[in-house]
Amino acid sequence: MKKSRLVMVGNGMAGVRTIEELLKIAPDRYDITIFGAEPHPNYNRILLSPVLAGEMTVQEIVLNDHGWYADHGIKLHLGKTVAKIDRVRRVVVADDGTEEAYDRLLLATGSKPFMLPVPGNDLPGVISYRDIRDTDDMIEAAKLYKHAVVIGGGLLGLEAANGLKLRGMDVTVVHAAGWLLERQLDDTAGRMLQKSLEERGLKFLLEKQTEALIGGESGRVAAIRFKDGMQIPADLVVMAVGIRPNTALAESAGIYCHRGIVVNDTLQTYDPKIYAVGECVAHRGIAYGLVAPLFEQGKVAANHLAHFGIARYTGSVTSTKLKVTGIDLFSAGDYMGGKESEGFEEIILNDAAGGVYKKLVIKDNKLVGGVMFGDTADGPWYFQLLKDGRDIHDIRDQLIFGQSLVGDVGHQGQNKASAMADGAEVCGCNGVSKGTIVKAIKEKGLFSLDEVKKHTKAASSCGSCSGLVEQILASTIGGAYTPAASDKKPVCACTGHSHQEVRDAIRQEHLTTIHGIMRALGWTTPDGCDKCRPALNYYLISTWPHEARDDPRSRLVNERMHANIQRDGTYSVVPRMWGGLTTPAELRAIADAAEKYRVPTVKVTGGQRIDLLGIKKEDLPKMWADLNAAGLVSGHAYGKSIRTVKTCVGKEHCRFGTQLAMDMGIKLEKMLFNMYAPHKVKLAVSGCPRNCSEAGIKDVGVIGVDSGYELYVAGNGGIKTEVAHFFAKVASDEEVMEYSGAFLQLYREEGFYLERTCHYVERVGLDHVKGKVVGDEENRKVLYARLLDELKDAKDPWAARVAGVEKQEFETLSV
Amino acid sequence: MAEWKMICKVEDIPQLGSRVVTSADGNIAVFRTSGDEVFALRDKCPHKGGALSLGLVHGTQVTCPMHGWKLHLDSGEAVAPDVGCARRYPIRVEGNAVFLEI
Ligand code: SRM
Ligand SMILES: Cc1cc2nc3c(=O)[nH]c(=O)nc-3n(C[C@H](O)[C@H](O)[C@H](O)COP(=O)(O)OP(=O)(O)OC[C@H]3O[C@@H](n4cnc5c(N)ncnc54)[C@H](O)[C@@H]3O)c2cc1C
Ligand code: SF4
Ligand code: FES
Repeated sequence: MKKSRLVMVGNGMAGVRTIEELLKIAPDRYDITIFGAEPHPNYNRILLSPVLAGEMTVQEIVLNDHGWYADHGIKLHLGKTVAKIDRVRRVVVADDGTEEAYDRLLLATGSKPFMLPVPGNDLPGVISYRDIRDTDDMIEAAKLYKHAVVIGGGLLGLEAANGLKLRGMDVTVVHAAGWLLERQLDDTAGRMLQKSLEERGLKFLLEKQTEALIGGESGRVAAIRFKDGMQIPADLVVMAVGIRPNTALAESAGIYCHRGIVVNDTLQTYDPKIYAVGECVAHRGIAYGLVAPLFEQGKVAANHLAHFGIARYTGSVTSTKLKVTGIDLFSAGDYMGGKESEGFEEIILNDAAGGVYKKLVIKDNKLVGGVMFGDTADGPWYFQLLKDGRDIHDIRDQLIFGQSLVGDVGHQGQNKASAMADGAEVCGCNGVSKGTIVKAIKEKGLFSLDEVKKHTKAASSCGSCSGLVEQILASTIGGAYTPAASDKKPVCACTGHSHQEVRDAIRQEHLTTIHGIMRALGWTTPDGCDKCRPALNYYLISTWPHEARDDPRSRLVNERMHANIQRDGTYSVVPRMWGGLTTPAELRAIADAAEKYRVPTVKVTGGQRIDLLGIKKEDLPKMWADLNAAGLVSGHAYGKSIRTVKTCVGKEHCRFGTQLAMDMGIKLEKMLFNMYAPHKVKLAVSGCPRNCSEAGIKDVGVIGVDSGYELYVAGNGGIKTEVAHFFAKVASDEEVMEYSGAFLQLYREEGFYLERTCHYVERVGLDHVKGKVVGDEENRKVLYARLLDELKDAKDPWAARVAGVEKQEFETLSV
Repeated sequence: MAEWKMICKVEDIPQLGSRVVTSADGNIAVFRTSGDEVFALRDKCPHKGGALSLGLVHGTQVTCPMHGWKLHLDSGEAVAPDVGCARRYPIRVEGNAVFLEI
């Protein structure tokens, strides 16, 4: 196939990201040529602020070095500005006469800083803050001069002012509005910010209109005069009063522009051969000035350039974070709110002495915006709620106190990344410190949690430090970090489709095989990966229970071996003990097996049963056969499946017991035997509210009371302790089975793979779950019946292996 | 002296699965892709020694079962950003017979 020619104008962050996305999905479709007006390869513009502040060097912020362009066969014209697009001949012409022909053109010309139209705005020493050259100019000026004036108290202006101050200048920030960052903060937070910047030695002149910049004897700027007559010295003036989409080139070629190059939801301009992304674009009337939305645009544009034609860009909600080390500030969405008569409500927490201010704006029971100063730990969580459009009325009374996304355990009690020292350990599983993460984000140009996981391994094991890592990302790269809406996150790098979309497609298109799903949904890899295959396998067999076939090759090792692999390559075997009960005969069989197979460790687990650890792979089938013979079956201690039903002694023995807890527990465990789920499932039954079986932290907890049972759901005792929610009060054992079964079936049908019940219920809301199970008797019975139907021919997986299924796993070949 | 030895038939290895060959050299994992290509690597992950034969095969890569490193089956090299290499053994398929050079 002859390659088409793709030419890109503008070698900046949005454009190059689009090319990267394109190379991922269609590496061979185009011969690519890039024009960049700046003499540098693509760099991380966001990190110009740390460069100015002296925390990083220009070399460190390069995202794609010259080698990257060469490796991908990209022809790069640096230092050349495209001056003309000839849409008839389909060529672009640069200012030095260089011509390149295109089949598709991508415009990514970014924006231009706005210069106030005041006398003297072209004097030497008056600059904007946009690129490496401006940054170098500021660094030079700081060596020679004393007085700096920054016009504009927005994000860019404050970062410039902070940098110049750190370089030893005397800095005044001039701002036309009544408080700083008036586009991100309300007045209270704006004033708190001003106070803490003043403590660092910055000066502020608010509500000041600039009248003129005045030159000195050398011809360089020397002073600034305001409309009220006041005048102050200025050897360097940085204008940071806003940006305008850079549309000059597009306009000169007759491409329709209105507050930016106008594009549709596929990022196509009015000329179908020409696409545009980045700050130069107006999409549905909005030009974005932060990278997160621009990257989303890039992904969609790449999808269309690759001729996949399925992605749509529908706009973004943005959030911001000021990148001034030591200042904690976050804002997102509609932070100003509006009148009560329009349905806006506010929740405010204002602790002036403690330096903490939080404001949440709510409309129609949804979070629509927020501002935080001093304590931004919950920023990413609020932002996720906002993007998900989750109904918050059930958590409204606690909302302002935050969720502490971050685990309570395993991080030395830390849940605020900003308060941690560089050397402090963030990821306890892989021993990764805060400093290592910050360094990788900056030097490797990482923008997402997934990228940080890949490069540093932080948050890649148990995931409990994800919240901390998100905070570190947000404060290192500002608003450039935005989590995707929960139901929009792609399953993995093999596809752009989310878990929800995959589940829907399997049902609607009646897909029954893994490769069938991959074909129907355009997977970019031939057989997926270790992330998507287990998920697809689960979705198939939970959607079409007696039809889709389980694929052992899409199960991770523990589920394939029906035993837990240990660090030394041996396995552990945990026989089921229904409700935690056992008999002398079972104990004897376990003891015999332990001796016969020389089991080095025999341990009582936290789940009320016995673990035999250190078993060799080839002994597994023989040992299972022996245990089977004594009536013992798999405890599924390895699977995304029913694990244990813990019980207390209950009314059977206990003087306080009100219900037969052991009997109820055994009935539940037998009902759920061999149940496969999005993640593991644990239950507990206690005989009275003293709750000795810890039912308050289980996926389903049952507590006996005199008049029946209280049911609790979505608790978790693992990484982050989550207390279960009260679900329903029922009278009989049959109802306990029906309500628990229906709840678990709903979770099995709606949960995303690897989502525990607590995360599932947090995503969909407790009201939703109660509505479908407690409030709707007919639906409850249907769900319950479906669960029982699915489990009707449950078999012990050990017995199947003993009978020879997948026996090649246990037999070696020799040479 | 290395020589070619027949170890099994192609269909003895499950598609997207593996078999373990025991040898004086230690265990060798033999993989079969969905396109019926066959590859052999030392059954020891360069990270912390996990048994690659127990991993999940996709495309021409295998993901180690222990901590999720991905290795290229044709070279044994770890997929970036991880760095490391599992020894590769030459494989030849004739008809449906699989030969390993060892
Ligand atoms: C054996 C046991 C520890 C013990 O000796 O007591 C155990 C061992 C493991 N647990 Fe556990 N957990 C064990 C009880 C628990 C409990 C307590 C309980 O069940 O009452 C919890 C907290 C309760 C809960 O799950 O809500 C627990 C929370 C976890 C978690 C965190 C889950 C979470 O959602 O936060 C993981 C990680 C995971 O599943 O991703 C985990 C993962 C593991 C794994 C499978 C780690 C792994 O992937 O290799 C461990 C396997 C060790 C091995 O090689 O055999 N284990 N684990 C317990 C087996 C119970 C059983 O009889 O089946
Ligand atoms: C100091 C600073 C700090 C920032 N901090 C943050 C932050 O914390 N978070 C955040 O999300 N965003 C931040 N931003 C904004 C972010 O950098 C921009 O949103 C992003 O770089 C825009 O990408 P782009 O590709 O559209 O434009 P650019 O990155 O500006 O790239 C456009 C490129 O096109 C070139 N060009 C223009 N016209 C032509 C032509 N005719 N021919 C050839 N080349 C041409 C330009 O020279 C430029 O190199 C910051 C910006 C600055 C300046
Ligand atoms: S058994 Fe559980 S807590 Fe203990 S080391 Fe393993 S995963 Fe961690
Ligand atoms: S041993 Fe293979 S990834 Fe750790």
